Amino acid sequence: MVQPLPVRLQETPSQTAGPYVHIGLIPHQAGFDIFETNFSNVLTGPDTRGERIRIEGRVFDGAGSLVRDAFIEIWQANAAGRYNHPADRQEGKPLDEGFRGWGRTGSDFETGLWHFETVKPGPVDGRKGHRPMAPHINLWIAARGINIGLQTRLYFADETEANADDPVLNLVERGPLRDSLLAKREERDGKAVYVFDIHLQGPHETVFFDV
Amino acid sequence: MTHADSEFLQRDRSIHPPAFTPDYKTSVLRSPRRAMLSLQSSLSEVTGPTFGHSELGPLDNDLILNYAREGEPIGERIFVHGHVRDENGRGIPHTLVEFWQANAGGRYRHRNDRYLAPIDPNFGGCGRTITDENGFYYFRTIKPGPYPWRNFLNSWRPAHIHFSVFGTGFAQRLITQMYFEGDPLIWRDPMVLGIPDRSAAERLIAPLDLGAAVPLDMLAYKFDIVLRGRQQTLFENKLQGN
Ligand SMILES: [Fe+3]
Repeated sequence: MVQPLPVRLQETPSQTAGPYVHIGLIPHQAGFDIFETNFSNVLTGPDTRGERIRIEGRVFDGAGSLVRDAFIEIWQANAAGRYNHPADRQEGKPLDEGFRGWGRTGSDFETGLWHFETVKPGPVDGRKGHRPMAPHINLWIAARGINIGLQTRLYFADETEANADDPVLNLVERGPLRDSLLAKREERDGKAVYVFDIHLQGPHETVFFDV
Repeated sequence: MTHADSEFLQRDRSIHPPAFTPDYKTSVLRSPRRAMLSLQSSLSEVTGPTFGHSELGPLDNDLILNYAREGEPIGERIFVHGHVRDENGRGIPHTLVEFWQANAGGRYRHRNDRYLAPIDPNFGGCGRTITDENGFYYFRTIKPGPYPWRNFLNSWRPAHIHFSVFGTGFAQRLITQMYFEGDPLIWRDPMVLGIPDRSAAERLIAPLDLGAAVPLDMLAYKFDIVLRGRQQTLFENKLQGN
C-alpha cells in the first residue's frame, strides 16, 4: 500500500450544443429578442485600436456539405498582442479597454457563412523558452453532431515570417495540414477580409487542437 | 504566480463522448477523424473572456418571468442551483453560465423547431447568470418536456437543460446538458450513451433537492459543474509574461 493521493474532481462531460444552440447563446438568430444586451460577432467599438478586419468562412462536413447550424466563438489578443485577461502580464503591451477580444456567431441558415468584425491581433509571447506566437485568433466550434467543442487557430497567410517561427504552426506538418490553419487575405471595398473555411472531416479536415 | 495563471491539466477525454458516436447519427459526418494535436497551455489557452454584471439584465436568470407577456409560462416551476468548480475543487467565481431549453411541452422557441407541441407565449427558454464569489449560481425556470427528434424513428430526448460555461481560460470552455433524476429516457438517449464512462454520465443527472425547494411554490434540482483543473506544481509550468 501507498499513501492515497488527494481525490480530484472530474470534469463534467461535454454534450452536443444541439440544433437549437442559437436560442441560448445568440437568440436573435433563433428568431426572437429577449436580452437587453446581446453578445455578438462585432468585437470592435469606435475606440478600438488596430487594423479593422473581417474574418469569414464556412463550415463543411465530411460529405462536403455546408454546416448551416454551426456556432463559433473567437478569442484573441488586441492589436498590440495582449489578451484582455488578468493572467496576461506581458510587459510593454498596452491593454485596449475598448476591446474584450471575444465574440460569437452562428453560420447563416441559408448560406452557411459566418463572419466577425474585429482587429488584427498582434504577436503574443510564447511559452517560456519558446518563440513568440504569430498573430492568431482562437476559434471554438460547437454544433449539432459535435459532441465536444472543437478548438482551432486562425493564422494569417500574409504573416509569412511570423508564421515560419510560430511554435504551434511548426508542430503541424507543412503542406495541406498547416495550410488548413491559414486564412487568406482579400481586399473587398478597400477593407481586409480574411477567409477561413473549416472542414470537420474529410481530405481537407482542419487541424484541431487538444489544448 | 497564482493558480489562476498555471497550465491546465490534460483533458481526460475518456469521460467525454468521442467525436464519432454512430448511434447519434449527425455525429457521423461531423466528427474529425484525425488525431488532435496536443498543445501545452500558452497565454492563448489560460486566458479567456470575462463578463460583468452590467451586461446582464435583472431577469436574465428568471425564465419564469424573462419572457412573460400576458401571464406566466405553463409547467412545473423549478429552481436550479449549483456550483461551478474546477477539478482542483475550487469554486470559479464571476464566470458566465448560460442555459437554454424547451418549454414544458418539449418545444423550443426556435425558427427551426417544427415539433407539433405548441410554443408557450410566455416562455422564451433561455437565460444566463454570473457565479458569485464562491462559484454558486441559480436560476428559476419551468421543467422542460421531453421531445422527439430525427435520429432513429422513435427517438426521444430526455428532459434536459443545455448549459454553456466559460471558466477563467478559453481551454475550459464547455457546453453540456443537465438531465433530471428519475427520467426513464436518460439511459435510452444516444447522447448520454455516447459518454463512455457511466459514472461520468451520471454526473449530468441533477438530483431532486427537496431541501432547496420553496414550499407551495417550486421544486429544486441541484446541478454542479466541474471545469478543467490546473497543474499544482509550482515550477516548470510558468508561462511567459507572468
Ligand atoms: Fe435540446
